[in-house]
Amino acid sequence: MKEIAIRLNGEIRRVVVNPNETLLDVLRGKLGIKTPKEGCGRGDCGACTVLLDGKAVRSCLILAIETDGQSVVTLEGVGRKGPTALQKAFVKNNTFQCGFCAPGVILSASALLAGKPQPTEHEVREALAGNLCRCTGYEPIVETVLAVARKNGRKATIRRKRP
Amino acid sequence: MSIAHEFEYARPASLKEALGLLARPVQGGAVPLAGGTDLVAWLRDGAVSPGRLVDLKGLEELRGIRLKGGRLWIGANTPFAEIIESSLVRRHAPTLAEAAGMVASVGVRNRATVGGNICSAVPCCDSGPALLVHEAAIHVATRRGTKSIPAGKWFLGPRRTALAKGGIVLGMSLPLSRHAGAFAKLKRYRGEDLAQASVAVRVDARGVWRVAYGSVAPTPIRGPKVERLLRGEKKPSAALLKKAAVLAEAEVAPITDIRSSQAYRRLMVGVMLKRAVRLAVARAAGRGPAYGINILEEDAK
Repeated sequence: MKEIAIRLNGEIRRVVVNPNETLLDVLRGKLGIKTPKEGCGRGDCGACTVLLDGKAVRSCLILAIETDGQSVVTLEGVGRKGPTALQKAFVKNNTFQCGFCAPGVILSASALLAGKPQPTEHEVREALAGNLCRCTGYEPIVETVLAVARKNGRKATIRRKRP
Repeated sequence: MSIAHEFEYARPASLKEALGLLARPVQGGAVPLAGGTDLVAWLRDGAVSPGRLVDLKGLEELRGIRLKGGRLWIGANTPFAEIIESSLVRRHAPTLAEAAGMVASVGVRNRATVGGNICSAVPCCDSGPALLVHEAAIHVATRRGTKSIPAGKWFLGPRRTALAKGGIVLGMSLPLSRHAGAFAKLKRYRGEDLAQASVAVRVDARGVWRVAYGSVAPTPIRGPKVERLLRGEKKPSAALLKKAAVLAEAEVAPITDIRSSQAYRRLMVGVMLKRAVRLAVARAAGRGPAYGINILEEDAK
């Protein structure tokens, strides 16, 4: 057993963990964070995606003890000051059906857009390739992320035009 | 479904401490932990049950990508995402960057390291064929000192490598030379999948070819017969490529498993070799699609 401290959704949280507990186990079982889901439990499905120091990772393949001192963002920490443009777009387009994949998809897409506000369709598909969705057939998800990308493009154009 | 097996965890701050922790006896043995994308899954499956994990992520010696002594050095702890982004890798070993781009998915590539990939040493590891055609050297540290092992002598069998027990991979170094290459990976579907088969090729300015295959033998392997046939051919004819494909099919030893049949793997190795060679020829001439595509997917055309 060891006490670790992580910055979880902006707040420092201390928690005692066993070496064999994954980050996903600890988030869900000890820290009350329920949006990361266990799907496959082996890194294929992306339902457990969280942002570790800003990067999308699989919380089922990371031991909690490894993350001591790092920053973890889950869906609970996204849009704490109101939904982000991406979240609004997902709602507006009624993109998801069952929603099991949604937290992972939103985090993966958020990480992509943070680094690249206007990704191409190929880049969107590549960023989301590891987030499996069994309801939508992916088209509405890709469409929604691209709609946000286009909006970002228009904003950038307006900014450029201003003197 | 959590990990049932219990173990100690240590995160050493120095190489010396890490080697000591790997050597110190413990029930079940001590194993190094890098990105953990294989190891944590294996722990969960019960495929491995070590008594101690030694986390190597704090070690300075395993970091960075740089030019050193006329070679490209890639630290073992470099995640695939950083290999793809690295301007040094893209310039000097673009085939490795192309292969790195096909490893699993973004969420895994942000964590999985190239050192971990060659230590897991599964037959389908994506970095293997690319490192083989680059004739990379694997640099390892043990308590007796450091040494380098040629990539061609690294892979001994499924999940078996030339790394001595208690040793640590520091990184790998690739010789610098003008060349062009290509990596082709066959998957069951787009997006993430383990390779059903993979082919890496590299050609230099004199038309010397190096060829390697993944997922079609117990380890990633070189293709010496195809290399001899193509030697000196900067632009192999269609007839020669056909011969090369036949030779390729004969010099691999695939098995049938959940991802594909032996016959399909064998056939596709020939197809992939032809396409990869054509792509490398085009790139050598300054034409052809930029690195970072999969020649087997429509987008690549």
